[in-house]
Amino acid sequence: MTDRAAITEAVAAQIEPFNKKGIALTDATTFQHDLEWDSLTVMDFVAAIEDEFDILITMNMQAEIETIGQLVDAVVKLKSE
Amino acid sequence: MTDLFSKFDALIAEKAALMATGVRDPIGIVMDEVKSPTEAVIKGKDTILLGTYNYMGMTFDPDVIRAGKEALDSYGSGTNGSRCLNGTFRDHIDAEEALKEFYGTSHAMVFSTGYQANLGFVSTIAGKGDYVILDADSHASIYDGCFLGNAEIVRFRHNSVEDLDKRLGRLPAEAAKLVVLEGVYSMLGDIAPLDKMVAVAKKHGAQVLVDEAHSMGFYGPNGRGVYEAQGLDGEVDFVVGTFSKSVGTVGGFVVSNHPSFEILRLVCRPYVFTASLPPSVVATAATSIRKLMHAHNKRAHLWENVKQLHGGLKALGFRLPTDTPESAIVTVLLDDQDQAVTMWDKMIELGVYVNMARPPATPAGTFLLRCSLCAEHTREQIETVLGRFAEAGRAVGAIA
Repeated sequence: MTDRAAITEAVAAQIEPFNKKGIALTDATTFQHDLEWDSLTVMDFVAAIEDEFDILITMNMQAEIETIGQLVDAVVKLKSE
Repeated sequence: MTDLFSKFDALIAEKAALMATGVRDPIGIVMDEVKSPTEAVIKGKDTILLGTYNYMGMTFDPDVIRAGKEALDSYGSGTNGSRCLNGTFRDHIDAEEALKEFYGTSHAMVFSTGYQANLGFVSTIAGKGDYVILDADSHASIYDGCFLGNAEIVRFRHNSVEDLDKRLGRLPAEAAKLVVLEGVYSMLGDIAPLDKMVAVAKKHGAQVLVDEAHSMGFYGPNGRGVYEAQGLDGEVDFVVGTFSKSVGTVGGFVVSNHPSFEILRLVCRPYVFTASLPPSVVATAATSIRKLMHAHNKRAHLWENVKQLHGGLKALGFRLPTDTPESAIVTVLLDDQDQAVTMWDKMIELGVYVNMARPPATPAGTFLLRCSLCAEHTREQIETVLGRFAEAGRAVGAIA
């Protein structure tokens, strides 16, 4: 399994408790429109991702992340730094 | 062509639906007459004010009023200009002197509002490549200061020392860092474990700002705030505060011992590019601040009022966010928007003014009624208020 595939899987596991409607997840799934998360859910989720990968996703970076694919790319990049 | 206002259509519809239920407009209250720090007339009805942040009841203090009138007579109604041009009068300097005396610091800088103090300080001090680490429940003025500036913004879970520690540990060691905390969080009235948080911030080499807007005058031996009450005098790099709460007028400030602090007057845009406070405002502020230094009886009575209201509401069976009162803010948690609005409306009808708040202003999706106490509330007024809370609470099913 590639790093990206492993990270995608780990991200999906973190999404699960917040995925109340059981939406099918792809790289193109958006947090705001597909998963219908409000700002509080986003905050809890970001904290969970940060703790899972021991990284920091600043609010500046969060503003650029709309889809699962973009989040995985950001985690891959942060993990390699 | 898209109307620029169309983005608000959903909110406009929501408000219209709420108004159609027959309740009064929660953001449309008008005080037709103000009789004292604790009483006003709203639509012809005598109303007990229990949601004004007038913690120390200084708005009608005779010395404060006299100072304002004298300044109005001697210096006119306004300054017409920036603090950096023609807008610094004798009493602007005097208000800053009073703040230095009050906080025991070498520097004090007065802004035109508390909002601008946070907006200006946070956006200016943290620049590109620097980090601001803030509590998730921070006030809007702190968030807006972050958005106005160019720093990297990192949030930690509300009041979690562990979460703060972890996030600071992930930042580059050499980067400049500002940790932003509040003494009292204004929605639930809970206080921060500043002693532990400041220790963690120092361990990671961060500088610390504490906003003490909701604590001035009644925490710590000198009334400086929660940080003083927790033994942190001299440990906090910057303290932000406001004239609009305990001081009883309008304005904001930052105090500090940092040797380079004064340069901010040249580089802080929300300080430079706005008119300074009217002379009467800074004169009342200076007088009020000096009186707050010695207001021990008022302070004691305020805490008695807090205990009476918190204990009384708890005994009635209301849900409160803290088991014991931590500040002069006492919040009642309610189930949903309908219940909150209906109960708030009922309280107004019964002659008690409290604040109603809902998300996004509140944390964790809560709907609440917020009370703030005043040192000038009498024991009898609090008893009356409790009776009316019981009546309104039963009417909406918030208590049995």
